[in-house]
This record gives sequence, C-alpha cells and structure tokens, in this order.
Amino acid sequence: MSSLSLHYVVPGDDFTRAGEASSDVKNKLKKLGYNSDAIRRVAIAMYEAEINMVIHAGGGEAFVEVSPQNVEIQMVDHGPGIADIEKAMQAGYSTAPDKVRSLGFGAGMGLPNIAKYSDTLKIETEVGKGTTLYMTVLANR
Amino acid sequence: MTVKEVAEKLDLSLLAGEDGMDREIHGCYIGDLLSWVMARASSGDIWLTVMGNVNAIAVAALTDAACIVLTESAPLDEDARTRAQQQGIPVLSTEMTAYQAARRIAELLP
Ligand SMILES: Nc1ncnc2c1ncn2[C@@H]1O[C@H](COP(=O)(O)OP(=O)(O)OP(=O)(O)O)[C@@H](O)[C@H]1O
Ligand SMILES: [Mg+2]
Repeated sequence: MSSLSLHYVVPGDDFTRAGEASSDVKNKLKKLGYNSDAIRRVAIAMYEAEINMVIHAGGGEAFVEVSPQNVEIQMVDHGPGIADIEKAMQAGYSTAPDKVRSLGFGAGMGLPNIAKYSDTLKIETEVGKGTTLYMTVLANR
Repeated sequence: MTVKEVAEKLDLSLLAGEDGMDREIHGCYIGDLLSWVMARASSGDIWLTVMGNVNAIAVAALTDAACIVLTESAPLDEDARTRAQQQGIPVLSTEMTAYQAARRIAELLP
C-alpha cells in the first residue's frame, strides 16, 4: 500500500460543510483497502476534531498522513484556545452555545471520543492563539 | 432483513437516499446528541432520531449506519435531503415515537 499526504481547509461556522474532510479521508482509506476498524476510528476522531474547529474555533486546517502502519492527523486552528484542558477532556463538559446545541452538538463527548478512538493524542493549546491536535490511529490496534 | 423490508413492514415513508434501500440491517440505535451517537452507533444500525440536519447525515455516513428513521415526523432539512440523496443513505419518516418504532423493529430483527 502506498503512502498518502492530504491537506484540507475547514471553513468556520459552515455547518453544512463540516464533516467533508473526515468523509473524504474515510473514502480514501476505503479505496486503499485500509483496516475497517481503523477507518471507523479515524472517521470518528477526525470528525469530532473537525466539528470542534467549526463550532469553537472559526475553522482551521487538517493535515493527514497515511502509511501502511498508521494514520497521523494534525488539526490546526487559530481560535480562542482551551483555557482548562483537563475540564474540556471530561465527558459532559461543553461550552457550546444554544444555537449549536439545537443542531445536536454540545454533549461534551467530542474530545473524550477522540481520546478513546485514537491511539495517541497530544493537544497543544494557548488561550488567544489557537489549538493543535495531533492524533494517531494504528492500522492494527 | 434489508432497509426496504423494514420500511415496508413498518410503513415508513422514504424521504431520500433510495440507493441504499437494499442494505442489510444488523441492529438499532436511538439518540439525538450527535457525538454520543458517533461513539455508540454500529455499522448496519437503523438510527432512530429527530435530528434531520446535514450533520446527522454526516454522522450516519461516518458510523456506517444502514439508514436514518426520523421519528414523530421530525422534519428533514433541504440540504440534508440533498446530501442523503448524494450519499445513498436512506432517510425514512414515521409518526411513531422512537419507543414505538424500536419495539416494532425488535420484533423483526433476529
Ligand atoms: N478547537 C477548539 N478550540 C477552542 N475550544 C475548544 C476546541 N475544541 C474543544 N474546545 C472546548 O472544549 C469543550 C469540550 O469539547 P468537546 O468536543 O468534548 O464537546 P463539545 O464540542 O462542546 O460537544 P460535542 O463534541 O459533544 O458536540 C468545548 O465545549 C469547548 O469549550
Ligand atoms: Mg465537540
């Protein structure tokens, strides 16, 4: 299987397009014949990060590196940053506004899902500067 | 059992995505909070929800759900209809509550 480098711009505040990057990655991995459990975990982790960028950070960029061993995903935004990362990682914690909650978001499950479905996760964040998520999903867990 | 067979037995009306009607159904999941559903729904599930927006279509696609059933006649947004049509994800509608629909589905699934 060949390696693959992908780059996406995730537009801010456009809920109709949110999910396009993760859907595209999912389809490409399927075509490569990637392990289906790994595809599912990539799709979930990346979708949650993508939606978070749209809802909380005004959009950003996604960089994806696919190799036979793993999928490395970097999600970069220049939004408000996360003041209390420990709190943000807790299931149920959410600052999503009502408008967004009425769309079905705001369970406070996104970051916990990312942690659960990725094999490594590193979050760099600075208030006022932005947030970068580095996640890896192994082809075979 | 396929989506089509369940739709006929439960008298569900098809709103979009007829290309996916021949998919096999393996189970059922109920929920409206998208990231919750994202974590818990399984491939081949019938997903019962009131969320008829484009993000629900994305969640169905990413979790590989067999179809979406909008309960209590919850509306389907226009852009969600378009997306479901493009991706071949059946979106069906019923007047039943999620509880009523799930009871009927449980009778059908082995
Ligand atoms: N990229 C980001 N930039 C700024 N804040 C963020 C970002 N991602 C997450 N957060 C903060 O962390 C909180 C928890 O995020 P998480 O994804 O777990 O839940 P949520 O997005 O609020 O709801 P859900 O993901 O269940 O729809 C958010 O409410 C927000 O305050
Ligand atoms: Mg989130």
